[in-house]
Amino acid sequence: MKFALNGRAHDGPATVADAVRSALGAASAAASGRGIAVAVNGEVVPRSEWHRPLRDGDAVEVLTATQGG
Amino acid sequence: MDELAIAGRRFGSRLILGTGGAANHAQLADAITASGTELVTVALRRVDPAAAGSVLDVIERCGVGVLPNTAGCRTAEQAVRTARLAREAFATDWVKLEVIGDEDSLLPDPVELLDAAETLVGEGFTVLPYTNDDPILARRLEEAGCAAVMPLAAPIGTGLGIRNPHNLALICEQAEVPVICDAGIGTASDAAQAMELGCSAVLLATAVTRAADPALMARAMREAVSAGRAARLAGRIPRRPLARASTSFEGIADL
Repeated sequence: MKFALNGRAHDGPATVADAVRSALGAASAAASGRGIAVAVNGEVVPRSEWHRPLRDGDAVEVLTATQGG
Repeated sequence: MDELAIAGRRFGSRLILGTGGAANHAQLADAITASGTELVTVALRRVDPAAAGSVLDVIERCGVGVLPNTAGCRTAEQAVRTARLAREAFATDWVKLEVIGDEDSLLPDPVELLDAAETLVGEGFTVLPYTNDDPILARRLEEAGCAAVMPLAAPIGTGLGIRNPHNLALICEQAEVPVICDAGIGTASDAAQAMELGCSAVLLATAVTRAADPALMARAMREAVSAGRAARLAGRIPRRPLARASTSFEGIADL
Protein backbone atom coordinates (compact mmCIF):
# COMPACT_ATOMS: atom_id res chain seq x y z
CA MET A 1 0.00 0.00 0.00
CA LYS A 2 1.35 3.39 -0.94
CA PHE A 3 0.54 6.73 0.62
CA ALA A 4 2.03 10.21 0.63
CA LEU A 5 3.16 11.74 3.92
CA ASN A 6 3.89 15.47 3.81
CA GLY A 7 4.60 15.14 0.12
CA ARG A 8 6.87 12.08 0.35
CA ALA A 9 6.00 8.57 -0.83
CA HIS A 10 5.63 5.88 1.83
CA ASP A 11 5.02 2.18 1.58
CA GLY A 12 3.33 -0.37 3.77
CA PRO A 13 0.29 -0.61 6.02
CA ALA A 14 -0.16 2.23 8.47
CA THR A 15 -2.75 4.00 10.56
CA VAL A 16 -3.05 7.77 10.77
CA ALA A 17 -1.27 7.57 14.15
CA ASP A 18 1.63 5.68 12.55
CA ALA A 19 1.91 8.41 9.95
CA VAL A 20 1.94 11.09 12.65
CA ARG A 21 4.72 9.30 14.55
CA SER A 22 6.69 8.92 11.35
CA ALA A 23 6.28 12.59 10.45
CA LEU A 24 7.30 13.79 13.90
CA GLY A 25 10.43 11.65 13.91
CA ALA A 26 12.69 11.32 16.90
CA ALA A 27 12.38 14.89 18.06
CA SER A 28 8.76 14.43 18.98
CA ALA A 29 8.37 17.10 21.61
CA ALA A 30 4.90 17.19 20.17
CA ALA A 31 4.41 13.43 20.54
CA SER A 32 1.39 14.18 22.69
CA GLY A 33 -0.15 15.60 19.56
CA ARG A 34 -0.34 19.07 21.06
CA GLY A 35 -0.45 21.66 18.33
CA ILE A 36 -0.68 19.01 15.63
CA ALA A 37 -3.41 18.61 13.03
CA VAL A 38 -3.77 15.91 10.42
CA ALA A 39 -5.49 15.99 7.07
CA VAL A 40 -6.08 12.96 4.89
CA ASN A 41 -6.94 13.92 1.34
CA GLY A 42 -7.57 17.47 2.53
CA GLU A 43 -10.05 16.60 5.27
CA VAL A 44 -9.30 16.95 8.98
CA VAL A 45 -8.88 13.69 10.88
CA PRO A 46 -9.65 14.43 14.54
CA ARG A 47 -7.35 12.89 17.14
CA SER A 48 -10.10 10.49 18.18
CA GLU A 49 -9.88 8.90 14.71
CA TRP A 50 -6.11 8.58 14.42
CA HIS A 51 -6.45 4.80 14.89
CA ARG A 52 -7.98 4.71 11.41
CA PRO A 53 -6.01 2.70 8.81
CA LEU A 54 -4.79 4.58 5.76
CA ARG A 55 -5.87 3.47 2.31
CA ASP A 56 -3.87 3.06 -0.84
CA GLY A 57 -3.25 6.42 -2.47
CA ASP A 58 -4.07 8.52 0.60
CA ALA A 59 -2.32 11.87 0.92
CA VAL A 60 -1.54 12.62 4.57
CA GLU A 61 -0.53 16.05 5.83
CA VAL A 62 0.78 16.39 9.39
CA LEU A 63 0.87 20.05 10.30
CA THR A 64 1.86 22.25 13.20
CA ALA A 65 2.44 25.86 14.14
CA THR A 66 5.21 27.85 12.58
CA GLN A 67 6.07 31.52 12.73
CA GLY A 68 3.78 33.48 10.47
CA GLY A 69 2.26 36.92 10.11
CA MET B 1 -10.71 50.95 30.96
CA ASP B 2 -10.48 51.37 27.19
CA GLU B 3 -10.56 47.74 26.16
CA LEU B 4 -10.75 46.22 22.72
CA ALA B 5 -13.58 43.72 22.33
CA ILE B 6 -13.60 41.23 19.47
CA ALA B 7 -16.46 38.74 19.42
CA GLY B 8 -16.96 39.33 23.13
CA ARG B 9 -13.31 38.65 24.04
CA ARG B 10 -11.64 41.62 25.71
CA PHE B 11 -8.08 42.82 25.27
CA GLY B 12 -6.16 45.50 27.14
CA SER B 13 -3.69 45.80 24.25
CA ARG B 14 -4.67 47.08 20.83
CA LEU B 15 -1.61 45.63 19.18
CA ILE B 16 -1.66 42.16 17.62
CA LEU B 17 1.75 40.80 16.75
CA GLY B 18 2.53 38.51 13.85
CA THR B 19 5.34 36.09 14.58
CA GLY B 20 6.62 35.77 11.00
CA GLY B 21 10.14 36.93 10.27
CA ALA B 22 11.66 36.68 13.75
CA ALA B 23 15.26 35.46 13.59
CA ASN B 24 14.86 33.05 16.50
CA HIS B 25 12.57 32.17 19.39
CA ALA B 26 14.46 34.21 22.00
CA GLN B 27 14.17 37.35 19.90
CA LEU B 28 10.49 36.62 19.29
CA ALA B 29 9.82 36.19 23.01
CA ASP B 30 11.51 39.50 23.78
CA ALA B 31 9.47 41.25 21.09
CA ILE B 32 6.18 39.74 22.30
CA THR B 33 6.92 40.85 25.86
CA ALA B 34 8.00 44.36 24.84
CA SER B 35 4.95 44.81 22.60
CA GLY B 36 2.49 44.18 25.43
CA THR B 37 0.34 42.22 22.97
CA GLU B 38 -2.16 39.63 24.14
CA LEU B 39 -2.65 37.90 20.79
CA VAL B 40 -0.11 36.66 18.24
CA THR B 41 -0.53 34.99 14.89
CA VAL B 42 0.94 31.68 13.77
CA ALA B 43 0.85 29.79 10.50
CA LEU B 44 0.20 26.10 9.90
CA ARG B 45 2.89 24.16 8.06
CA ARG B 46 4.19 20.61 7.70
CA VAL B 47 5.96 19.38 10.84
CA ASP B 48 9.73 19.57 10.69
CA PRO B 49 11.29 16.74 12.70
CA ALA B 50 14.52 18.73 12.90
CA ALA B 51 12.85 21.82 14.40
CA ALA B 52 14.29 22.91 17.72
CA GLY B 53 11.29 23.77 19.90
CA SER B 54 7.95 25.09 18.81
CA VAL B 55 6.71 28.64 18.41
CA LEU B 56 3.80 27.43 20.56
CA ASP B 57 6.20 27.02 23.51
CA VAL B 58 7.28 30.64 23.11
CA ILE B 59 3.69 31.79 22.99
CA GLU B 60 2.76 29.73 26.02
CA ARG B 61 5.70 31.09 28.01
CA CYS B 62 4.69 34.64 27.10
CA GLY B 63 1.12 33.92 28.21
CA VAL B 64 -0.54 35.30 25.09
CA GLY B 65 -3.33 33.95 22.88
CA VAL B 66 -2.89 32.28 19.49
CA LEU B 67 -4.50 33.53 16.30
CA PRO B 68 -3.86 31.01 13.51
CA ASN B 69 -3.72 32.35 9.98
CA THR B 70 -4.34 30.85 6.57
CA ALA B 71 -1.25 32.42 5.03
CA GLY B 72 -0.33 31.15 1.60
CA CYS B 73 -3.83 30.00 0.64
CA ARG B 74 -4.89 30.98 -2.87
CA THR B 75 -8.45 29.63 -2.91
CA ALA B 76 -11.42 29.66 -0.57
CA GLU B 77 -11.27 25.87 -0.37
CA GLN B 78 -7.62 25.86 0.75
CA ALA B 79 -8.31 28.56 3.33
CA VAL B 80 -11.37 26.77 4.73
CA ARG B 81 -9.43 23.51 5.03
CA THR B 82 -6.51 25.30 6.68
CA ALA B 83 -8.86 26.97 9.17
CA ARG B 84 -10.41 23.61 10.07
CA LEU B 85 -6.94 22.14 10.63
CA ALA B 86 -5.92 25.13 12.73
CA ARG B 87 -9.01 24.66 14.88
CA GLU B 88 -7.99 21.04 15.42
CA ALA B 89 -4.34 21.90 16.16
CA PHE B 90 -4.81 24.91 18.44
CA ALA B 91 -8.29 24.37 19.89
CA THR B 92 -9.45 27.81 18.82
CA ASP B 93 -12.16 28.76 16.38
CA TRP B 94 -10.51 32.13 15.76
CA VAL B 95 -8.83 32.53 12.40
CA LYS B 96 -7.02 35.29 10.59
CA LEU B 97 -8.41 34.58 7.16
CA GLU B 98 -5.93 35.25 4.38
CA VAL B 99 -6.61 34.35 0.75
CA ILE B 100 -4.08 35.89 -1.55
CA GLY B 101 -4.41 36.57 -5.26
CA ASP B 102 -0.77 36.13 -6.21
CA GLU B 103 2.60 35.74 -4.59
CA ASP B 104 4.14 38.97 -5.86
CA SER B 105 1.67 41.42 -4.37
CA LEU B 106 0.25 39.10 -1.67
CA LEU B 107 -2.91 41.17 -2.08
CA PRO B 108 -6.15 39.53 -0.97
CA ASP B 109 -8.34 37.89 -3.60
CA PRO B 110 -11.68 39.52 -2.74
CA VAL B 111 -13.88 36.91 -4.40
CA GLU B 112 -12.22 33.93 -2.72
CA LEU B 113 -11.94 35.83 0.56
CA LEU B 114 -15.65 36.56 0.82
CA ASP B 115 -16.50 33.01 -0.21
CA ALA B 116 -14.22 31.56 2.49
CA ALA B 117 -15.50 34.02 5.10
CA GLU B 118 -19.11 33.00 4.48
CA THR B 119 -18.27 29.30 4.75
CA LEU B 120 -16.22 29.70 7.93
CA VAL B 121 -18.77 31.91 9.67
CA GLY B 122 -21.34 29.23 8.81
CA GLU B 123 -19.12 26.65 10.51
CA GLY B 124 -18.92 28.70 13.70
CA PHE B 125 -15.49 30.26 13.24
CA THR B 126 -14.61 33.69 14.56
CA VAL B 127 -13.33 35.13 11.33
CA LEU B 128 -10.88 38.04 11.13
CA PRO B 129 -10.29 38.61 7.42
CA TYR B 130 -7.19 40.28 6.02
CA THR B 131 -8.73 42.44 3.32
CA ASN B 132 -8.02 45.16 0.80
CA ASP B 133 -8.59 48.76 1.86
CA ASP B 134 -11.92 48.65 0.06
CA PRO B 135 -14.89 49.99 2.05
CA ILE B 136 -17.42 47.99 0.04
CA LEU B 137 -15.58 44.71 0.50
CA ALA B 138 -15.15 45.50 4.20
CA ARG B 139 -18.90 46.01 4.45
CA ARG B 140 -19.60 42.75 2.65
CA LEU B 141 -17.27 40.90 5.03
CA GLU B 142 -19.01 42.45 8.02
CA GLU B 143 -22.40 41.51 6.59
CA ALA B 144 -21.11 37.96 6.14
CA GLY B 145 -20.63 37.82 9.91
CA CYS B 146 -16.91 38.46 10.32
CA ALA B 147 -15.96 39.43 13.88
CA ALA B 148 -13.63 42.19 12.64
CA VAL B 149 -12.30 43.49 9.35
CA MET B 150 -8.58 43.84 8.79
CA PRO B 151 -7.78 46.17 5.90
CA LEU B 152 -4.19 46.50 4.81
CA ALA B 153 -2.19 49.70 5.12
CA ALA B 154 0.01 48.52 2.23
CA PRO B 155 1.02 45.12 0.85
CA ILE B 156 2.45 42.60 3.34
CA GLY B 157 6.05 43.21 4.33
CA THR B 158 6.44 46.45 2.35
CA GLY B 159 6.55 48.82 5.31
CA LEU B 160 5.08 51.51 3.05
CA GLY B 161 2.62 52.74 5.67
CA ILE B 162 -0.98 53.72 4.99
CA ARG B 163 -1.32 54.12 1.20
CA ASN B 164 -4.95 55.19 1.27
CA PRO B 165 -5.83 56.89 4.55
CA HIS B 166 -9.10 58.12 3.09
CA ASN B 167 -10.33 54.58 2.43
CA LEU B 168 -9.15 53.39 5.81
CA ALA B 169 -11.06 56.23 7.49
CA LEU B 170 -14.17 55.37 5.46
CA ILE B 171 -13.97 51.74 6.54
CA CYS B 172 -13.62 52.82 10.19
CA GLU B 173 -16.57 55.20 9.92
CA GLN B 174 -18.99 52.63 8.57
CA ALA B 175 -17.90 49.49 10.39
CA GLU B 176 -19.71 48.27 13.48
CA VAL B 177 -17.13 45.57 14.11
CA PRO B 178 -13.53 46.40 15.08
CA VAL B 179 -11.31 47.55 12.22
CA ILE B 180 -7.78 46.23 12.58
CA CYS B 181 -5.14 47.71 10.31
CA ASP B 182 -3.18 44.70 9.09
CA ALA B 183 -0.03 44.69 6.98
CA GLY B 184 2.17 47.36 5.48
CA ILE B 185 3.06 49.19 8.68
CA GLY B 186 6.69 50.32 8.55
CA THR B 187 7.33 52.29 11.69
CA ALA B 188 5.69 53.67 14.80
CA SER B 189 4.13 56.74 13.16
CA ASP B 190 2.25 54.46 10.73
CA ALA B 191 0.70 52.56 13.63
CA ALA B 192 -0.22 55.80 15.38
CA GLN B 193 -1.80 57.11 12.16
CA ALA B 194 -3.92 53.97 11.80
CA MET B 195 -5.28 54.49 15.29
CA GLU B 196 -5.85 58.22 14.68
CA LEU B 197 -7.88 57.34 11.58
CA GLY B 198 -10.19 55.30 13.78
CA CYS B 199 -8.83 51.77 13.71
CA SER B 200 -9.54 49.72 16.80
CA ALA B 201 -6.23 47.89 16.66
CA VAL B 202 -3.13 47.28 14.57
CA LEU B 203 -1.69 43.94 13.46
CA LEU B 204 1.92 43.92 12.35
CA ALA B 205 4.80 41.49 12.09
CA THR B 206 7.64 42.44 9.78
CA ALA B 207 7.95 46.00 11.09
CA VAL B 208 8.97 44.50 14.44
CA THR B 209 10.50 41.14 13.61
CA ARG B 210 12.79 42.48 10.90
CA ALA B 211 13.70 45.74 12.65
CA ALA B 212 17.35 46.07 13.66
CA ASP B 213 16.22 45.88 17.30
CA PRO B 214 12.91 43.99 17.35
CA ALA B 215 12.21 44.41 21.07
CA LEU B 216 12.80 48.16 20.91
CA MET B 217 10.55 48.48 17.86
CA ALA B 218 7.93 46.37 19.63
CA ARG B 219 7.97 48.88 22.48
CA ALA B 220 7.75 51.75 20.00
CA MET B 221 4.71 50.13 18.38
CA ARG B 222 3.06 49.58 21.74
CA GLU B 223 3.49 53.25 22.61
CA ALA B 224 2.45 54.41 19.12
CA VAL B 225 -0.77 52.40 19.19
CA SER B 226 -1.52 53.72 22.64
CA ALA B 227 -0.71 57.32 21.63
CA GLY B 228 -2.73 57.08 18.41
CA ARG B 229 -5.71 55.70 20.28
CA ALA B 230 -5.53 58.50 22.87
CA ALA B 231 -5.25 61.13 20.12
CA ARG B 232 -8.29 59.67 18.38
CA LEU B 233 -10.33 59.74 21.58
CA ALA B 234 -9.05 63.21 22.48
CA GLY B 235 -10.37 64.70 19.24
CA ARG B 236 -7.80 66.48 17.13
CA ILE B 237 -8.10 70.16 16.25
CA PRO B 238 -9.46 71.00 12.80
CA ARG B 239 -6.91 71.76 10.10
CA ARG B 240 -6.83 75.48 9.17
CA PRO B 241 -5.39 77.15 6.10
CA LEU B 242 -4.02 80.14 8.06
CA ALA B 243 -2.26 80.60 11.36
CA ARG B 244 -4.16 81.12 14.58
CA ALA B 245 -2.08 82.61 17.37
CA SER B 246 -1.98 80.66 20.55
CA THR B 247 -0.65 83.75 22.36
CA SER B 248 -3.02 86.72 22.62
CA PHE B 249 -2.03 90.01 20.94
CA GLU B 250 -3.97 91.90 23.63
CA GLY B 251 -1.73 93.90 25.93
CA ILE B 252 1.24 93.62 23.64
CA ALA B 253 3.94 96.22 24.45
CA ASP B 254 4.56 99.17 22.13
CA LEU B 255 8.30 98.75 21.57
